[in-house]
Amino acid sequence: MIGGSRKCFAAARRLLPFGLPLLAHVKQAAEMSAILAAESLLALCEQEELEDFPKESPMSTSEDEGDSDGERKHQKLLEAISSLDGRNRRKLAERSEASLKVSEFTVSLEGSGERLFLSDLLEPVKTSSSLATVKKQLTRIKSKKTVELPLNKEEVERIHREVAFNKTSQALSKWDPIVLKNRQAEQLVFPLKKEQSAFAPIEHVVSGWKARTPLEQEIFNLLHKNKQPVTDPLLTPVEKASLKAMSLEEAKMRRAELQRARALQSYYEAKARREKKIKSKKYHKVLKKGKTKKTLKEFKTLQKVNPTAALEELEKLEKARMMERMSLKHQNSGKWAKSKAIMAKYDLEARQAMQEQLARNKELTQKLQVASRSEEEEGSIEEEGDLLVPDAVNEAQMTADGPNPWMVRNHSSDMKDAEIQKDTEQLPEPVASEDSESEGEQKTVAEEEILLKEFEERRLLREKSRLNQDTEPVGRQKTKDSSSQEVLSELRALSQKLNKENHQSRKQKVSSARTVLPIQREGPAGEEEPLLLQRPERAEILEELDELGEEGCFHNKELPRPALEGQKLEMNPDNQPGAPVEKNKEQMIDLQNILTTKSPSVKSLAVPTTVELEDEQERDQKQVIKEAFAGDDVIRDFLREKREAVEASKPKDMDLTLPGWGEWGGVGLKPSAKKRRRFLIKAPEGPPRKDKNLPNVIINEKRNIHAAAHQVRVLPYPFTHHQQFERTIQTPIGSTWNTQRAFQKLTTPKVVTKPGHIIKPIKAEDVGYRSSSRSDLSVIQRNPKQLSIRHKKHLKKISKD
Amino acid sequence: METAPKPGRDVLPKKDKLQAKKKKPRRYWEEETISTATGASPGPPRKKRNRELRPQRPKNTHTLKKSRIAKKPQALKKSLEWRNPEPQQILSEAQDPFPGPAPVPVEVAQKFRRIDKSKKLPYSKPKTRSRLEVAEAQEEEISVKAARSELLLAEEPGFLEGEDGEDTAKICQADIVEAVDIASAAKHFDLNLRQFGPYRLNYSQTGRHLAFGGRRGHVSALDWVTKKLMCEINVMEAVRDIRFLHSEALLAVAQNRWLHIYDNQGIELHCLRRCDRVTRLEFLPFHFLLATASETGFLTYLDVSVGKIIAALNARAGRLDVMTQNAYNAVVHLGHSNGTVSLWSPAVKEPLAKILCHRGGVRAVAVDSTGTYMATSGLDHQLKIFDLRGTFQPLSARTLPQGAGHLAFSQRGLLAAGMGDVVNIWAGQGKASPPSLEQPYLTHRLSGHVHGLHFCPFEDVLGVGHSGGITSMLVPGAAEPNFDGLESNPYRSRKQRQEWEVKALLEKVPAELICLDPRALAEVDVISLEQEKKERIERLGYDPEAKAPFQPKPKQKGRSSTASLVKRKRKVMNEEHRDKVRQSLEQQPQKQEKAAKPQGARSSALDRFVH
Repeated sequence: MIGGSRKCFAAARRLLPFGLPLLAHVKQAAEMSAILAAESLLALCEQEELEDFPKESPMSTSEDEGDSDGERKHQKLLEAISSLDGRNRRKLAERSEASLKVSEFTVSLEGSGERLFLSDLLEPVKTSSSLATVKKQLTRIKSKKTVELPLNKEEVERIHREVAFNKTSQALSKWDPIVLKNRQAEQLVFPLKKEQSAFAPIEHVVSGWKARTPLEQEIFNLLHKNKQPVTDPLLTPVEKASLKAMSLEEAKMRRAELQRARALQSYYEAKARREKKIKSKKYHKVLKKGKTKKTLKEFKTLQKVNPTAALEELEKLEKARMMERMSLKHQNSGKWAKSKAIMAKYDLEARQAMQEQLARNKELTQKLQVASRSEEEEGSIEEEGDLLVPDAVNEAQMTADGPNPWMVRNHSSDMKDAEIQKDTEQLPEPVASEDSESEGEQKTVAEEEILLKEFEERRLLREKSRLNQDTEPVGRQKTKDSSSQEVLSELRALSQKLNKENHQSRKQKVSSARTVLPIQREGPAGEEEPLLLQRPERAEILEELDELGEEGCFHNKELPRPALEGQKLEMNPDNQPGAPVEKNKEQMIDLQNILTTKSPSVKSLAVPTTVELEDEQERDQKQVIKEAFAGDDVIRDFLREKREAVEASKPKDMDLTLPGWGEWGGVGLKPSAKKRRRFLIKAPEGPPRKDKNLPNVIINEKRNIHAAAHQVRVLPYPFTHHQQFERTIQTPIGSTWNTQRAFQKLTTPKVVTKPGHIIKPIKAEDVGYRSSSRSDLSVIQRNPKQLSIRHKKHLKKISKD
Repeated sequence: METAPKPGRDVLPKKDKLQAKKKKPRRYWEEETISTATGASPGPPRKKRNRELRPQRPKNTHTLKKSRIAKKPQALKKSLEWRNPEPQQILSEAQDPFPGPAPVPVEVAQKFRRIDKSKKLPYSKPKTRSRLEVAEAQEEEISVKAARSELLLAEEPGFLEGEDGEDTAKICQADIVEAVDIASAAKHFDLNLRQFGPYRLNYSQTGRHLAFGGRRGHVSALDWVTKKLMCEINVMEAVRDIRFLHSEALLAVAQNRWLHIYDNQGIELHCLRRCDRVTRLEFLPFHFLLATASETGFLTYLDVSVGKIIAALNARAGRLDVMTQNAYNAVVHLGHSNGTVSLWSPAVKEPLAKILCHRGGVRAVAVDSTGTYMATSGLDHQLKIFDLRGTFQPLSARTLPQGAGHLAFSQRGLLAAGMGDVVNIWAGQGKASPPSLEQPYLTHRLSGHVHGLHFCPFEDVLGVGHSGGITSMLVPGAAEPNFDGLESNPYRSRKQRQEWEVKALLEKVPAELICLDPRALAEVDVISLEQEKKERIERLGYDPEAKAPFQPKPKQKGRSSTASLVKRKRKVMNEEHRDKVRQSLEQQPQKQEKAAKPQGARSSALDRFVH
């Protein structure tokens, strides 16, 4: 019914702009209809008082609850209920259902609950604010999902506990090392914080004291002589500086920084590794291209900014060229290339790929010309302005040209140290002289030749070393010698020739080396040539020596053998007597032997005087006989005793046979052997007796219970085996067995407290922690990007290297 | 009572020492001035001082024609030279020529090592290992300290050396007395006491006092160095043995019926009727036990600190009249008429060990101070030396013309044997070696038959009781030259003695700790440990220390099915089983080899290539 009225109302509103004069009529009609409705309702209610009302009213409410606010509805309900008793039924008369003659003009005021004013109607058409809020609420309600059930109380508590535990354990874990240290400490002295010994000014100390002994006097004399501040400034400036040099904080900071750097480095490494693993070819191609571009750019800038560095870069390029020439990488000789070659006829792509490879090879090898050309230019520049070339370049080359460290090391093992020293001293000289020569433009032809020879040799050496050690990085270059352009060109020309004559020259050199060898042994030659020749020679010699060594090795191997065998043979006689001794020990020692050892009788100087000296001989014989008889008896008795003791100490077997059980029993009948065997429980065999192999000894195997009561019978905590613990208690700690100092040290108390001092709980500052508990590393892990620029630079440097 | 040679006033060596030490301590600057003044090396005066320091040892002051009794100062001198750098001229530039702590000879430190590192330990966890390391480091440090303090043992034992192959046994006491200094010569004397029959004698632990008792009741005690008589009584009963208790103030005398205890005034303090017909006495100083062997065959231990009989053990071997003690482990050795020697401890009712030594009865037993060697002599006229370190086998034997009735070991391992009226002394190569029985070191003939032998501690003197009285003879090199002033100080005063008594009583070792190997006490009682472990397992129902059984880890993708779990479990089980089998197989051939090897003849050098 309300819905109906609202509809009407809405219709009226719609109509509002059109017909204002209708208003009065509308009002009247509404009133009429309301009254009618109320009356009809009343009648209805009276008719079916009990049955229908409860049905109807909820129905009605549910029907049109739709979008009306709850308050109104509630009020209506209350009114309906209150109207049940007949007093003010009129008042609450309401239309319960839409009238038949509902027109769009029958608008009731009931719906809105407020009076309709003209001003309201005059207002522009817009959604009323009240409705908007309702809508908003509605959407909000719709959009909101159902609220989840809160967690169990126990679960919530558990989570809280876990979090709290993690936090506290993390906070406490920083104490772990200290706790461990204190546990393992031999002695703890409390209070922990030691009062710093106050600096007593020296003048206080000095004032009541005089130098008496000569030593003291001398010291004081010295101090006065040197104007050492005896009294006024307590510390010399140097001492002060050293004190100030690095405070604890600083040191810690430094350490933290280092840690950070290390962590960063590891991250970078990990990153590099990750990137390296990426299999995408395209990615790598792009990467490479980017790199090359970058390097080119850098190189250009370098050339402008720092020519020396550029030169170095060039050197690198040169090196790459050399590598290329060395390897068969792009020569289309690999497995892949061969397979492609088969396909090349038909496959355009394969052909292209192969060509690409070749082009690459060409490019890489051609680089030389480009580089050399540039070098030549540079060289000319250098020649013109010698000052432009910094000394460092030459030096670097010198070091690069210097003897291969690997070879030197090898060499040093063979040759004497003195020679090496000479080499190192002498090598730089010729290079320097060479430089001077190159500077000087007037050179004799002979000199040039010599120079060329040198280069030849060097080149040869390099090649050889290349051949010998592929792994050795071929960074030792020399083409970029700052020597003259001519030399370079000459060299290039010569190198081709050399390649052809490689074999021959090498042979020659071997021979020459052989000839030179004695000279070298004798001593250093003052001439240049031998000196320069030395290195290659040495290599040769090394090889020879190796060969010799191998031969010698055989000899050596053969030599020590006999020696060793000889030693072993020598050892054997020792061993072999040793073995029988053991054998003897293991064998049962014959009792008779022990007792009747043939022992020489003493021819003592002072023969004891006896009363019956005259019939000593007779008596002796008698005694001997008597003793012999007695001895037999003694031995037998002893053996019997021993047997009994052994039997008694043996664990007894248990016999569980019941005679007559399962078979006939009675006098003279014994349980069968099978049965006895079955029911006999054998006692486990104990450890062998100590006197097993000692026939003349009976050692009591019984345990000394009284002594055992004093022994340790519980293993203390960290020990898992009694032998471990025994080892720690083997040293006696009493003063009877130790020196006084040792005794005091062994019995120092574990904890020492100073009387009268308060022992405060340990503090973070006491043990060197800063108040901020977080360690530096954890910070880094969280945001590794927050790093100082310095570190980044440092890392880059590292990664480059 | 009379003393044979000059009883003259002796100057105590202690005084000498004190005088030497009383010198004003020299400061280094003073020394510098002296040395620069004289320009002499510090060698000679040092040597002289050494001589001064050791006047009580017999030494060669006069050149003796027949023999030489000397010392070996070389080693000492060497070390002194090494320790004494040349005095520096300029103090300020002086450098320590021997920086750091003084080096310690390894073998000396080795002597003090207690931990046997050759024994392999089972695997230990890091925590345990750290403890072990600490213990080992401590041991090493302590042994080094002990070795360093060896330097304080300045005295060296005397010795007797024959001139080019001359037999030292031919040197008689008169020669020695003539050669040595007067203080040492005074230590040789004879007491002619023919009236009261053969004498037994005993020196006190410090070696300062002598007590002797004659069979006919004569009991006397005296400070034998000063010859000052403490008491002299006649007990009017046969005296079988006499012995000092822990100090010279108490004296135990085994009389015909009972055991009596007298003080140093000769006043009878106790009469122990429970120890009757005692034939031999032994006193164990660290346990305060008086061991008595009786005619009735009982070995009785009496705790003299509380006056209680701790144990009375029946040896079941008839009359006991041969007894000695092992100073190393306080085990008492009894000799029996059936040729055996039995070893006894008060804690065990049966003998700890029985050794068959002789065909006839055992007449005398002696054990050296280190507890390594035992000398026995029997009715079969043999003198044997046994090794007591576990094997109890004879090391050497010798037949003597008339068997030794009495034996005694000196502190440094010299063996004295009394045969009839002759005393023979044998010496070994060093301190730790057994006496070699080939050549006697000294012989001496007495005026009567030997009845008691005892080496005086810390003096090169052997006391012999015989039927003609007492003889104190000089035996160079018999005693330990260095004494422990806190333990047994020959020069101690009464007050010092009282203090020592209290300390010794506080450190008394319980009697039940006496066993064959005293080091075994420092071991864990494995049997009760095992027992307790077993009980615990029974109580708990499981073994808390057992290795947890293998539990396969749960796996994903259906690989954790029951079948596969069982399979994995079985795999592990089989592997363990295989390990066991492998181990047993490895052990078997070893056993076989052991069994097979002895038959094989000399192994060839080429054998190593066979395997």
